[in-house]
Amino acid sequence: MNRDLSRRTKLVLYGVLLVLAIPFVFPTWWMVTSSLKPVADIFAFPPKLLPTNPRFDAYQRVFELQPFGQQYLNSLYIALVVTVGTMAVSALAGYAFARIRFRGQNVLFLVVLAGLLIPSEVTIVPLFQMFFKLGLVNTHWPLILVPIFGAPSVLATFIMRQFFISLPGELEEAARVDGLGRLATFWRIALPLSRPALGAVAIFTFLHSWNLYLEPIVFLSSPEKFTLPQALTQFVDAYGGPMWDVQMAAASMTALPVLVVFVIAQKQFVEGLAHTGLKG
Amino acid sequence: MTQTDTRVGSAAAGPAPGPARPFWTSRRRDQLAGYAFIAPQLLGSVVFVILPLILVLWYSLHEWNVLAGTFEFVGTDNYRALADDPNLGAVLRATGLFSIGLVVVNLGLALLLAVLLNQRLRGTILFRTLFFSPVVVSLVAWTIVWGFLLQDNGGINGLLDTVGVHGPNWLRGEGTAMVSVIVVQVFKNVGLNMVLFLAALQGVPAELYEAAEVDGASRMRQFWRITVPLISPTILLTSIITVVGSLQVFAQIAVLTQGGPGTSTTVLVYYLYQQAFQFHHFGYGATLSILLFVIVLALTVLQWQMRKRWVFHES
Repeated sequence: MNRDLSRRTKLVLYGVLLVLAIPFVFPTWWMVTSSLKPVADIFAFPPKLLPTNPRFDAYQRVFELQPFGQQYLNSLYIALVVTVGTMAVSALAGYAFARIRFRGQNVLFLVVLAGLLIPSEVTIVPLFQMFFKLGLVNTHWPLILVPIFGAPSVLATFIMRQFFISLPGELEEAARVDGLGRLATFWRIALPLSRPALGAVAIFTFLHSWNLYLEPIVFLSSPEKFTLPQALTQFVDAYGGPMWDVQMAAASMTALPVLVVFVIAQKQFVEGLAHTGLKG
Repeated sequence: MTQTDTRVGSAAAGPAPGPARPFWTSRRRDQLAGYAFIAPQLLGSVVFVILPLILVLWYSLHEWNVLAGTFEFVGTDNYRALADDPNLGAVLRATGLFSIGLVVVNLGLALLLAVLLNQRLRGTILFRTLFFSPVVVSLVAWTIVWGFLLQDNGGINGLLDTVGVHGPNWLRGEGTAMVSVIVVQVFKNVGLNMVLFLAALQGVPAELYEAAEVDGASRMRQFWRITVPLISPTILLTSIITVVGSLQVFAQIAVLTQGGPGTSTTVLVYYLYQQAFQFHHFGYGATLSILLFVIVLALTVLQWQMRKRWVFHES
């Protein structure tokens, strides 16, 4: 509905957009400002939209109460390894399913696609048992191996396949006539062209791993192995009541870096994720 | 074909060398490359998806308590226990309420935001960024902040009090707890559906609206008669993604309500987690997994059927 609007309509639209933006923006604002308030001000009435004299005590306590630096590193390295691993696995498989003809291709593709129909929650009990038998419970292996090779990477493989199918074949044909093998053709010709799709895969894979909650609480039991989502819920007092200022400080440190990256690269994020949504 | 000549030497090491026709033809080597490329994903799918699915079915036929160390074949006993489970009704009700509530509110809001952002207005990119931003905020961080806001003396009731309204204790009331969980989830992810709708709206040809304008059709009528039918494939797609996603909700429940008050927000995945990992009934947990799988499968098939009937056009 791209039509020119009257001034009045525009003002009304801006008003509606501003009101609608409140529930999207206010939680983040409240999280950051509350983390800077002394405990007494946290539930003050009327609510203080700005901390009167901001302080960073809560940030210090985050690191005293939990091995938060270690937990931050855990989340970061797991998410990075999973992202790179998923990109490699899905680009190779997506390319082969789209570009190479081999016997049993369609059946094998269906076997892989089954992962799209089976939410990882369905298989959590046997997966726990498998890793328990291998002695890998309370290690990071389940959080790394299952996303790279299991159900979460299937969507990535599907996206890569759709992308490579849409790629014109002439460039590759020329390279093949020049005597380039499959791996070289893939690495030098197809992969560089697939950057937009790979970027989308990287973004949603990273967010997926960064957000994972059920798997960490099922597999991990010692605080120095925890990932961030799990660590965030651990800041409670002796009675199990949440220490809100510390929780908000930890939540801010978890959320803000990704938000900053998002604001810088918002076009890639929005279009990348929309693209994967459309295809998946 | 040029490659075969250089590799004749290595072909001798192949399983069936022939002097006249080398076994490793370019086509054969290409096939081999295909299998090698898909091997990691294929093996991963078999080990981490197919095998666990078979195991979960096998486990569901056993009485298995990890703490007691029992593992006995009991046939369909777990499925009978499931049918007789006094909590099952409440769990399915909570799951259904959450899914329906989420899909309706999420799609409605996403479409509204997309239509607003599709107007000729400066600054829509800024608003698009704002509406999308919760998508990239860590799920548990987002949920914890909302839990903090929804406390009895929290930010939302504080703001309501300043205008003279006393809000309920959101997370402790049976009705308000479910509404709260839905709302928290909607604001977290509605940006994704909004972007999908926005792309669909931009694909609707402007001439159609101009023609309708000439015929004197009102904006509302244009929306229902032109926009909705033309973006119906996107409506179906977003509803599939949202429904399947809604069945997987776990962190929000675990952080905000722990399934309570009572069992009012105990959705199926949360119940599965409680049975398997808190009460250590792995056999019964596996049975609940099968139930979840059957529901997801049935909904997916149903929605694909609907696609054939309802969707106006296929791209």
